[in-house]
Amino acid sequence: MSTKAGTQPLDVHRIRTDFPIFQRTVRDGKPLVYLDSAATSQKPASVIEALAGFYRTSNANIHRGIYELSEEASILYEEARAKVARFIGASRPDEVVFVRNTTEAINLVARTWGVANLQAGDVVVTTILEHHSNIVPWHQLAAERGIVVRFVDIDETGRLRLDQLEMLLRTEPVKLVAVTHVSNALGTINPVSDIARLAHEAGALVLVDGAQSVPHLPVDVRALGADFLAFSGHKMLGPFGIGVLWARYELLASLPPFLGGGGMIRTVTTEGFTPGDVPARFEAGTPSVADAVALGAAVDYLEAIGMAAIRQHEVALLAYALPRLEEIPGIRLYGPVGEDRAGVISFTLGDVHPHDVAAVLDLHGIAVRAGHHCTQPLMRRLGVVATTRASFYLYNWEADVDRLVEALQEARRVFDVAG
Amino acid sequence: MSDLYREHILDHYQHPRNYGTLEQPDRSFEDSNPLCGDRIRIDLKLSGDRIEDIRFSGRGCAISQAAASILTEMVKGKSLEEVRALGAEDLLEELGVPISPARRKCALLSLKVLKAAAYGLNEWPR
Repeated sequence: MSTKAGTQPLDVHRIRTDFPIFQRTVRDGKPLVYLDSAATSQKPASVIEALAGFYRTSNANIHRGIYELSEEASILYEEARAKVARFIGASRPDEVVFVRNTTEAINLVARTWGVANLQAGDVVVTTILEHHSNIVPWHQLAAERGIVVRFVDIDETGRLRLDQLEMLLRTEPVKLVAVTHVSNALGTINPVSDIARLAHEAGALVLVDGAQSVPHLPVDVRALGADFLAFSGHKMLGPFGIGVLWARYELLASLPPFLGGGGMIRTVTTEGFTPGDVPARFEAGTPSVADAVALGAAVDYLEAIGMAAIRQHEVALLAYALPRLEEIPGIRLYGPVGEDRAGVISFTLGDVHPHDVAAVLDLHGIAVRAGHHCTQPLMRRLGVVATTRASFYLYNWEADVDRLVEALQEARRVFDVAG
Repeated sequence: MSDLYREHILDHYQHPRNYGTLEQPDRSFEDSNPLCGDRIRIDLKLSGDRIEDIRFSGRGCAISQAAASILTEMVKGKSLEEVRALGAEDLLEELGVPISPARRKCALLSLKVLKAAAYGLNEWPR
């Protein structure tokens, strides 16, 4: 599926007509240059229609109603689960747990697997590249249970120091390696299958934050070799409020429940309860049914284009953008250059505050991110308070890069940045 | 070139007035916006109830630094009573550029710091 359109360049003209947002203008009639897909992606009409269509024609609560609408809604919800499972190469649909987002998926692992398996002194290894969502849950377990959180550093190119990881795995009681697949701030693509092999040799499990990889690269959980994979629907053309935790079935089946409530039980008495099966055990309460269905539509859209083709497109945009950005006097680009780089470009311009850079770009209709990107440890490591970040997706094209470069030249003039 | 970065804003950003610190300030306060890293310190030299001299230092975005510079000019020679009566709108009006909700914190950081100094705070009450 994902290789169907493998080497064909994307027809970005046609793709952009699928995304209604590009019909609007911003800042007094300027066409929208959307370079913030690492924060959230835009949505194709098919996803918006799937969402609205569910409410229009199939809306009912799932799994309990003995009537046609509820049966239909339940089937749609489970079909979406099966689509997501197929998309990431899971061996069965019930390895896919629907959650709200990546953050919730990681917290689910911390609160179920972590609480059941981690004791004082046990080590969770994470990295300096992580989003706060893959740091704070481990800090919380450190505060509550006395586990130890260790950080793998990066080298000067922005790549992980695997030698440090190997050292930690050799010398400390590491139970889990929690690592991002793609850095949301630098675009570094981490060698997660190598990391998984090293971790497994040392008897540790591996959690991969796939928030920035599943939307942009072909990801197959079997090839990845990870034990847990967390990602968000809204960064992969789906709606807000739906995300995924994947884990091997046997691992999920060994875990205690997450939140308590309806849907996650087998029986409840005045004395107690017995938990339900996987994945229901982790989906207490009424789930975001319509959002899950729309995520299924997003997966359909991505598969029709092909993930390999999307990756190729972003590689080509990077190759077009990086040299043009480098020519801007006073700019500093962060992150590795090479095959292990995703379509994310963090930069600073002289000593102009990134908020000022972003504000000038905004006046040109260009949407970028400026700030710490929820990666404060990484910002401190880089010695900056913040960066400006442009990120690509399948609907971006070279014209977006051209307008970014022009606007940055103007920002440079406005703030008098020397070369 | 733009409404936000009008010449006087850039002028205050690039050539801040009353920039620096005072040797023996009667009042001094410093604060930051942790989310964007803007940081402002204000030192006051008082003569009775009046601000005889004022300095600010810090770093951050153009809006936060220009606002601080403009604010020092607004309050030099004023009484602490008048400073306590200053409102956010007074400073925003003096800035004279459209400040979006996201940048309000940047624009008003210096006022927050000055107020703390005027009230003689050592830290914000929790």
